[in-house]
Amino acid sequence: MSVPVPPPRLALKGITKRYPGCLANDGIDLAVMPGECHALLGENGAGKSTLVKIVYGVLQADEGEILWEGEPVRIDNPAAARKLGIGMVFQHFSLFESMTVTENVALGTGDPSPLPELGRRVAEVSARYGLALDPERRVADLSVGERQRVEIVRCLLQDPKLLIMDEPTSVLTPQEAEALFETLRRLIAEGRSILYISHKLAEIRVLCEAATVLRGGRLAGRCDPRRETAASLARLMIGADLAPPVREEGTAETGAPRLVVDRLSLAPLVPFATPLADISFTVRAGEIFGIAGVAGNGQAELLGTLSGETLVAVPEAIRIDGEAVGQMGPRRRRERGMGFVPEERLGRGAVPDMSLADNALLSAHKAGGMLKRGLIRFSRARSFAEKVIDTFHVAATGPGAAARSLSGGNLQKFIVGREILQNPRLLIVAQPTWGVDAGAAAAIHRDLIALAEGGTAVLVVSQDLDELFAICDRIAVMSHGRLSPAQPARATSVEQIGMLMGGVFHLDGESRNAEA
Amino acid sequence: MSEAELATLAAILAAMIRAATPLVFAALGELVTERAGVLNLGLEGMMLMGAVAAFGTAHAGAGHGAAMAAGAAAGVGMSLLFAFLALGLRANQVACGLALSIFGVGLSAFVGKSLVGTPIAALPALPIPLLSEIPVLGPALFSHDILVYASILAVPAISWFLFRTRAGLVLRAVGENHDAAHDIGYGVLKVRTLAVMFGGAMAGLAGAYLSLAYTPMWVENMSSGRGWIALALVVFATWVPVRALMGAYLFGGVTILQLHAQNWGVPVSAQILAMLPYLATIVVLVLISRDETKIKLNAPACLGKVFHSGR
Repeated sequence: MSVPVPPPRLALKGITKRYPGCLANDGIDLAVMPGECHALLGENGAGKSTLVKIVYGVLQADEGEILWEGEPVRIDNPAAARKLGIGMVFQHFSLFESMTVTENVALGTGDPSPLPELGRRVAEVSARYGLALDPERRVADLSVGERQRVEIVRCLLQDPKLLIMDEPTSVLTPQEAEALFETLRRLIAEGRSILYISHKLAEIRVLCEAATVLRGGRLAGRCDPRRETAASLARLMIGADLAPPVREEGTAETGAPRLVVDRLSLAPLVPFATPLADISFTVRAGEIFGIAGVAGNGQAELLGTLSGETLVAVPEAIRIDGEAVGQMGPRRRRERGMGFVPEERLGRGAVPDMSLADNALLSAHKAGGMLKRGLIRFSRARSFAEKVIDTFHVAATGPGAAARSLSGGNLQKFIVGREILQNPRLLIVAQPTWGVDAGAAAAIHRDLIALAEGGTAVLVVSQDLDELFAICDRIAVMSHGRLSPAQPARATSVEQIGMLMGGVFHLDGESRNAEA
Repeated sequence: MSEAELATLAAILAAMIRAATPLVFAALGELVTERAGVLNLGLEGMMLMGAVAAFGTAHAGAGHGAAMAAGAAAGVGMSLLFAFLALGLRANQVACGLALSIFGVGLSAFVGKSLVGTPIAALPALPIPLLSEIPVLGPALFSHDILVYASILAVPAISWFLFRTRAGLVLRAVGENHDAAHDIGYGVLKVRTLAVMFGGAMAGLAGAYLSLAYTPMWVENMSSGRGWIALALVVFATWVPVRALMGAYLFGGVTILQLHAQNWGVPVSAQILAMLPYLATIVVLVLISRDETKIKLNAPACLGKVFHSGR
């Protein structure tokens, strides 16, 4: 007599979702068993988020069927999903910053019990699963890791049978990620299922026992990630082999100092901003210098002072080629050979409703010779934009395309390309590959490396440690508005950087290496 | 102080409260609307329509209760027009609100043409037993009409709703982050429409107070900019109801004092004195705006932003 096999907790059959001009999901099948951690893998734009939003009732499928524990169901809205026992932790947290943890939980669960009682239960659940949280604190004052815990606790309070996690580790330090995995393993041991979305292959291989891979809205394959290599998973995900960027052993140590930041401090200008305290570092010609750290530790403020959007009181605190520029605005710094790629592509890196040619004009008018006696030479702007599009393989209809119409990855390639083609002597890049798929990311990395090899000083501010280790010569970490001493990337481990991200600066790196 | 002077003082205090009352109504309504993330600049238009509807109803012989209800209903009607454009069709809220104000001025003048110069019975005062017997304070605070009492009671009621009830929490959540609220499963447009309607009803009552009680008659454009002042008061109050009340009383107070100053023959030109309430509002507004923390903590983060559900 055989034990009857339980039906999958969640089964999707032939899910199809169309948007005007694109097929987001095309006949996707998926099954998640009870007590299983199931990975949903794919590049940006592969349709992962659309698919889970359908499961969670945020979107409705055009075709296809959803089976919950063997029964066909309709999930018209998130409340219906929660009623079935589906919880979801969003990639972009659906939290309300000016409200307390408890209020956020109350909003997310629809639990009608009075707030003080809910607060007690939040404390109870967070203790049980090792998710330290103070129910009374305002979300705006929490770190990103803590905010994610709010989301998870909010789900757990509803005792879900299936928990959907959308790229949960993209914002966490390695240590925080490890703590999260512990929590997830505990949930699986309790018989809950997890649908885990990610494009980080390493963590899927340690966490998940089954994987469904999407590519371009279609099912690309299923596998057991524990039996695959990162390379074979990547091939399934991208459909081609990836050439990782190669950073040659540099002569960066000897290059002339291009950007010197000397004891830079800055009081917070707006509420919730991080004050900068005594930041010093040097970026040399031909060097790629990385600044790691979890968002909200002062990177935005530092970038503001470097770009010239925020002027600093002591002009000598920021020097480009020896010249004090702390009191100069962005235009005068650009005139001194600085290029800048901000973190927000739409709004700061590019004007969404303007064409690519106009956007090229905005930052490259000087280097591209696009002005003549104050009048615009549109043909120059167009040809410059065309050159960027060709050189950097930007998928766009042409220089007349609105910046808004490009996908995130393509727009980023355009913005990075626009800065590179101005032959900057110093390039400052924030989150160069945020939300960019692996193919485009590799291209951007190669371009940055080529730029450095040509003698440009490159400063990369990123949350993605893999990226920093792949391209940087030296890495420093920002934590609570302070910058750690820079470490040579080759002589540093991810764990060490992770410790620094937690704010432990004075730990002796050498002795840790010896122990390891 | 002589008895006559005390009586004057009481009269001045009472007049301040009356001058502030329409502002309290309109500002509280707009405050709730803005807490839900909608900026409705159409207060002036909604007030005027409320005023003309209330006056017309009273003039037609219906009771004061019906007149107040008509004022509120007219405000709601105007706000629904705004909701249809700004929420339903996702038009720009600032443009729609401005249009609504201009439209309201014109439409109320058109509708009220035959009412100009006709009399009605003013909304009667309801002295509160015992309390109204207190010297000075009695006539100043406790001998008003029902709308004055209602405007004051609305402050704790709205505070309680916004900060103590689940529905208020949802309303603030929608104003704070409409995408998150939508993802969790709240009906953003539904909540916003209700908030806009509440704002409309309160603006309508503000208008009704003007034409039924403050100056019981109908004059074209009789709100004379109070809708705009109420809008400023919401920012002034950093979206906290009790501060809106204080702001309204400050404005009302300065309005009345400058009138009396003109009577007393203060050697400043009347035009300059008439500017004082507006000047005071601007000065306080500037002072408050300097405290960014307070604004950032209370300002609805999605104020005035268009919500697209299929993001």
